[in-house]
Amino acid sequence: MASAFEYAPAPESRSVVDIAPSYGLFIDGEFTEAADGKVFKTVSPSSEEVLSEVAQAGAADVDRAVKAARKAFEKWSALPGSERAKYLFRIARIIQERSRELAVLETLDNGKPIKETRDADLPLVAAHFFYYAGWADKLDHAGYGANPRPLGVAGQVIPWNFPLLMLAWKIAPALATGNTVVLKPAETTPLSALFFADICRQAGLPKGVVNILTGYGDAGAALVAHEDVNKVAFTGSTAVGKAIARQVAGTDKKVTLELGGKGANIVFDDAPVDQAVEGIVTGIFFNQGQVCCAGSRLLVQESVQDEVLDALKRRLSTLRLGDPLDKNTDIGAINSAEQLARITALAETGEAEGAERWTAPCELPSAGYWFAPTLFTDVTQAHTIARDEIFGPVLSVLSFRTPDEAVAKANNSQYGLSAGIWTEKGSRILAVANKLRAGVVWANTFNKFDPTSPFGGYKESGFGREGGRHGLEAYLDVR
Amino acid sequence: MSDNRLSVFKTYKLYVGGKFPRSESGRVYEVTDSKGKWLANAPQSSRKDARDAVVAARKAFGGWSGATAYNRGQILYRVAEMLEGRKDQFVREVADAEGLSKSKAAAVVDAAIDRWVWYAGWTDKIGQVVGGANPVAGPFFNLSTPEPTGVVTVLAPQESSFLGLVSVIAPVIATGNTAVVIASADSPLPALSLGEVLATSDLPGGVVNILSGKTSEIATPLASHQDVNAIDLTGADAALAKELEIAAADNLKRVLRPPVSRHHPEKGAQSAAPSSAVDSDGTADWTADPGTHRLTAFLETKTVWHPTGALGVSGSSY
Repeated sequence: MASAFEYAPAPESRSVVDIAPSYGLFIDGEFTEAADGKVFKTVSPSSEEVLSEVAQAGAADVDRAVKAARKAFEKWSALPGSERAKYLFRIARIIQERSRELAVLETLDNGKPIKETRDADLPLVAAHFFYYAGWADKLDHAGYGANPRPLGVAGQVIPWNFPLLMLAWKIAPALATGNTVVLKPAETTPLSALFFADICRQAGLPKGVVNILTGYGDAGAALVAHEDVNKVAFTGSTAVGKAIARQVAGTDKKVTLELGGKGANIVFDDAPVDQAVEGIVTGIFFNQGQVCCAGSRLLVQESVQDEVLDALKRRLSTLRLGDPLDKNTDIGAINSAEQLARITALAETGEAEGAERWTAPCELPSAGYWFAPTLFTDVTQAHTIARDEIFGPVLSVLSFRTPDEAVAKANNSQYGLSAGIWTEKGSRILAVANKLRAGVVWANTFNKFDPTSPFGGYKESGFGREGGRHGLEAYLDVR
Repeated sequence: MSDNRLSVFKTYKLYVGGKFPRSESGRVYEVTDSKGKWLANAPQSSRKDARDAVVAARKAFGGWSGATAYNRGQILYRVAEMLEGRKDQFVREVADAEGLSKSKAAAVVDAAIDRWVWYAGWTDKIGQVVGGANPVAGPFFNLSTPEPTGVVTVLAPQESSFLGLVSVIAPVIATGNTAVVIASADSPLPALSLGEVLATSDLPGGVVNILSGKTSEIATPLASHQDVNAIDLTGADAALAKELEIAAADNLKRVLRPPVSRHHPEKGAQSAAPSSAVDSDGTADWTADPGTHRLTAFLETKTVWHPTGALGVSGSSY
């Protein structure tokens, strides 16, 4: 389909960010090489350009970082909450000041559109630190008893889909409650966490309170298994989440897991179609669908299926895929070759199992990792693409006739992270929302986030909540 | 009454799906008092009994979790009423099971009855305490509500055969979960008798299912059962607790670890024991204020968003 308007390129300038050729691990307030000297490269997924070379942490570095965090814990946890709060407020302010730089950096390293890093990721990151900063001196009033104590050293492992935002979700509540942190960012997106280390230095945060270990899964596993870690927080795949749950069995480590999802986005026949279509697009194509709470299963009422799908395909044909730094870009790059291969394989499985594939007509750049917005119709509940998390811009469409059938299909999943409801009928929203086994339900909206709003899953989407007053519990010695 | 009248023994049976079956395995084991005197034969549940109990608990979950909190509170209070009327029986059973004097056993039973009353009152309050509106930075209504996790396996404490038992069952069902309970292995009789009380307290069948037998034999299939959502390991020793926690990871059950002291003097953590519910020697004190943690351990938080329709500069959008 020809574009209604031709757009001239409108790239955001890269010059606001200065990426060094190499970075070390951030341990005890200093950047340092890995003990065994190993490094790995991080590339920009939209161009495959090498952005930098970063130190690759091993078990010895994990031990060093945990020791630094342990040493820092005594003083940090003894600080008056009001003083801890001011460090967090400082960090929040510096993030705001440097948000353009961080947005460009995140887009370069992750591949997501600048529109998203600028308008969603970074504002939420700053807001998260602001929110938890305010809790630091109010913990007595949080509903966890008087003078609730921190746990100690928090080992945190985060994914690549929202690198800085996941860091904020982990670090802000941990520090507010008086814990110290060793955080491992994902191997494909290490840079924003290292820039955050610099922000900690600018904020004057005491040494060892935040330690950043770039590296691979083995470093994450060593961190989770370290015997002097008191708290494990993980966001990532359900398979790794289960391995962590086994690893910590029999210990006194407190664990929160935020894992996969296969969110159902339910469109009833009385829904405003145009709004629903925007919600479907936001639900599955935001961040190229690399979102654990994505609305990756569209459940549409049979009587409006054709109308909704026609409108959806029309809308998808107008999405702009390309240079993530371009301010008009809607769909950026897939984060890694590995993830692209996984999405590609699952989409092929969808075809092989008999679902009908439709792909938005758009040109893919020659370099980098790209996948065009795709939807499958004629999907049954038994299909792999209706059950497994694809973590990419692929929507599986199923239909239903009655609200009960919609609820049954929505709940027919090992996961239970998110769900969407589109209808104009208030009682239907509330009744369906009650019956859905999902931690976050968006009614007539989708993929909205806020630091005050608890986030987390039912069933195999994990346990514990991040955000809000609820998010404090994960870092306090309370049960 | 004649001294030479032969008393009528009770056949102790399981409580599953509102009925009182024997173990499908046909097995029983001898239960003795603290001095080794035979009291009764109790059913020795098999893994099939455990699976049947899960089916019953799952079937009951929709109705029980969908009942109003007020209704659940009324029923839990009714349990207290029924117990009050059968107090003598439970005093005798607890005295036998735990080797207590009659007056001490009576105090335990009183505390257990009061615990039902405590949790009866919680059913319609916990939602307000742990849920509420969230002030998001945008034109959205945003509400977090606690919901029951689902089917919960409960390993009742081994020592405290009645007060401990009630203290772990009542919070699980107060919030709308259904329970598969493994009674104290050595002292299962008060638990099996509790089934008879629950059956006459308007509690729907299947909400609480009570099994007796070897704890590890029953708990192992339940810990790995794909249709169980959570497990309370209170009645497990450290080795069994670890084994069950590993099995529970298969479908990411919510795990409540045994209430042992979390002090680790050799470590730098210095994390204090979480509540007064643990004595200095690490054993549970069931007379302490239960707090809310046994309620919240088996709750999920659901957060629902809806646009409010902001009043923009150009007028109303709603």
